[in-house]
Amino acid sequence: MWSYIPHTREDKEKMCKALGIASIDELFDDIPKKVRMKGDYDIPGPMTEDELIVHMQELAGKNSHLDSHACFLGAGVYDHFVPSVIDAMASRGEFYTAYTPYQPEISQGTLQAIFEYQSMICELTGMYVSNASMYDGASSFAESAFMACVATKREKVLCSRSVNPEYRMVLKTYAHFRGVQVEEFGYKDGQVDVDDLKSKLNEEIAAVMVQSPNFFGVIEDVASIAELAHSKGALLITSADPISLAILEAPGKLGADIVTGEGQALGNQPSFGGPHFGFLAATEKLLRRMPGRIVGQTVDTEGRRGFVLTLQAREQHIRRERATSNICTNQSLCALMGAVYMATMGKEGLKEVAKLCYNKSHYAMEKLVKEGFKRAFDAPFFKEFVVISPKPVNELNEKLLKQGFIGGYDLSKHYPEIDKGWLIAVTERRTKDEIDGFASAAGGEVR
Amino acid sequence: MKKPVELIFELSKPGRKAYSLPACDVPEASEKIPEKFARKADARLPEVFEVDVVRHFTRLSQLNYAVDIGFYPLGSCTMKYNPKVNEVVSRLPGFLRIHPYQPEEMVQGALKLIYDLEKMLCEITGMERATLQPAAGAHGELTGLMIIKTALEHRGEGHRNKIIIPDSAHGTNPASASMVGYEVVEVKSDERGNVDVEDLKKLMSDEVAGIMLTNPNTLGLFEERIDEISKIIHDAGGLLYYDGANLNANLGKARPGDMGFDVVHLNLHKTFSTPHGGGGPGSGPIAVTKELVPFLPAPLVEYDGNRYYLNYDRPSSIGRVRSFYGNFNVMIKAYAYILTMGPEGLREVAECSVLSANYLMKRLRDYFDLPYDRWCKHEFVISGNRQKKSKGVTTLDMVKRLIDYGFHPPTVYFPLIVPEAMMVEPTETESLETLDAFAESLIAIAKEAEENPQLVKESPKTTPVTRLDEVTAAKRPIVKWEFES
Repeated sequence: MWSYIPHTREDKEKMCKALGIASIDELFDDIPKKVRMKGDYDIPGPMTEDELIVHMQELAGKNSHLDSHACFLGAGVYDHFVPSVIDAMASRGEFYTAYTPYQPEISQGTLQAIFEYQSMICELTGMYVSNASMYDGASSFAESAFMACVATKREKVLCSRSVNPEYRMVLKTYAHFRGVQVEEFGYKDGQVDVDDLKSKLNEEIAAVMVQSPNFFGVIEDVASIAELAHSKGALLITSADPISLAILEAPGKLGADIVTGEGQALGNQPSFGGPHFGFLAATEKLLRRMPGRIVGQTVDTEGRRGFVLTLQAREQHIRRERATSNICTNQSLCALMGAVYMATMGKEGLKEVAKLCYNKSHYAMEKLVKEGFKRAFDAPFFKEFVVISPKPVNELNEKLLKQGFIGGYDLSKHYPEIDKGWLIAVTERRTKDEIDGFASAAGGEVR
Repeated sequence: MKKPVELIFELSKPGRKAYSLPACDVPEASEKIPEKFARKADARLPEVFEVDVVRHFTRLSQLNYAVDIGFYPLGSCTMKYNPKVNEVVSRLPGFLRIHPYQPEEMVQGALKLIYDLEKMLCEITGMERATLQPAAGAHGELTGLMIIKTALEHRGEGHRNKIIIPDSAHGTNPASASMVGYEVVEVKSDERGNVDVEDLKKLMSDEVAGIMLTNPNTLGLFEERIDEISKIIHDAGGLLYYDGANLNANLGKARPGDMGFDVVHLNLHKTFSTPHGGGGPGSGPIAVTKELVPFLPAPLVEYDGNRYYLNYDRPSSIGRVRSFYGNFNVMIKAYAYILTMGPEGLREVAECSVLSANYLMKRLRDYFDLPYDRWCKHEFVISGNRQKKSKGVTTLDMVKRLIDYGFHPPTVYFPLIVPEAMMVEPTETESLETLDAFAESLIAIAKEAEENPQLVKESPKTTPVTRLDEVTAAKRPIVKWEFES
């Protein structure tokens, strides 16, 4: 007997008898002999629950993690504090063992929570509509390009090189197969190179795509870029750090048409890169071009407020090959965790987190400069910044690890033109002592 | 307006807080955010205290139906039990608290898990290598089709632009095909519910890139002529894509690789017990034959006999389909499930899920139309056509009534080729008593449809809300909370 399978021998006999068969094997007679499996899978198991836990602890024990090291690594995933209520709520079986809310009468919990999520994302981004989530920041960035292409009836987008390299790679993959062209434009002092953008921008461009704060942590002049894009009839797409939006102007107020981003920072653990969630929000004009699920408010037959999946005529299960996207399962539970996080931090808390990140990262930058590192860009930054290390970054990181620090991201792989560029992230979790220790250890290694 | 539960915004009161943050222990930055970049008006997030948050989301959760509450026979979704131990082990700090860009030396356990899970999934599917990057089934389809397109280009066959998809297929199949620029060609089903092989032959040309098949298909029926289909497609120069939504019935019984498939996607959130989360996160790995390995996305996890590492050196790769390595925390749960079950346990899963489905079909067949009368696999499709014709009670009405009996409805109006379809997938984790109770309820509803159709049409009555006005929701969309300004 198996603890997840209730069929006793008597149950099986009773069911076989009802079906008029001598053994369960008969039910598989329609599988052609040639493709029937002979023998067993060559895989380990079975294990008892206790054996499994011991095995998993052993595997997990082979990883050093963010509770044993002070982390100055970001580059898309951040060590923000996750309040206890988030896992407590996400661990409720009523949430995590439900399917996509196809039957609204018995899915109001998920539907209302996602409606609240959408409302909070719209509030942060300054947009009219948010969908129920995407796979991650990269795929929501890529899919937004297609929205722009359909809306403008154009087939080419311009993307800044200051955007997260993995986002750009995903965009290029998606676009290649969809037959959409992607051209990149450069950066100057860590910000969009407006002259380069201008030289590439014309009436064939569906969208200008930027990230702010960008991959270097630098705040882009979204308003000016949006104006430029709109002057040629292109849309402005941005990818934003949701934490930063507590103190940085909402992209919607700056002229963005679509705002995407990675939601990990909102109450999701790093977990080796996933699952997290992507958000995607847009103007009212683009409502019916949105990919994925959207929850809408309505009333029931008794006049009570209720929520449903709405505007489904955009989606694959109705529209099939003419759908706005193929997305079906998204990252609902991660978005729900995002909603619980935003509710927990609230209006004041999110601002405090953002200000702590801002002040601590600036403090860390100054400390590192005093230790012999050079600030790479003068442009304003939010919680991440680039310094030039006197010594190759991989060697430096290796040394720092031995002293209990996870160092910053090595820019050499994707930005060879920035010699020995070191991307440092400082969240609200880093204490002054940790920053001081990190800076002096780093200084000690390069002197 | 009456409200089952207030919105979190309606609980907000200035001055309340649910968080505790440290005071700033560094001096305030002398460099200020330039005025033009600074936020002018605060984001109006709710202001509540911690008890509000907990009670609010707990109340919301209580409005949901879920596998932990009861029977959830949603066809093609494999709503099996989600083991608790998997939740526990996936939350170990060594798994939850690791950054994806940490040096490989620090994350050997995580890399080993990905490596070993890939091996197990290859063994289960009969394929050479796999990528665990895709975040969901449809994401896997997209990735798989990109691989097919690239592989054909490498063969010098880049002109092939048509993908054949059965009329019984999931909506994601054609949507994914069009996202990679393929034209969708539909192949009919025959009277046994299988791909119509004669129709398929007629569709063959040197423009065909391949076929997307679910096996068992969405009618819950095994494609008996899979061998022939695979030969027809391969002989014509195309490739076979396996939609893994229904792999549960094949565990320990038949492997897609042995059926001739070239690309296989799996739904770890279906077959391998990871929870669906109310719509994700899932995980949709893609496994491929040896010929297609070079085209898998970068990176793959490799082992050099001493250490595990990420290999980005993949010059023929399709590129990347998401950041990092996939939904790692979902992978942990699937890995734990496979280890718990082992080879015999997985075969038991297939046998019991198929036995339960056939038993339930047998119990219901006299009361509903049965479009395909043969052994089913993990699920079956019946039709409410009889009830609709008789008293105008639709399948939707009947499944809404099921809610009053304490069950989640099956998948309805799908596959599209069966009118008034109900697609029932019991999975192996439901007892004989549950199956009997469900059958008796549905039989009672069939009787109600005859004797008291109004009762069925007005159901459900026992839920937090009754039927909702979806038409107005789509016509005049309210997609966010409107603040009183």
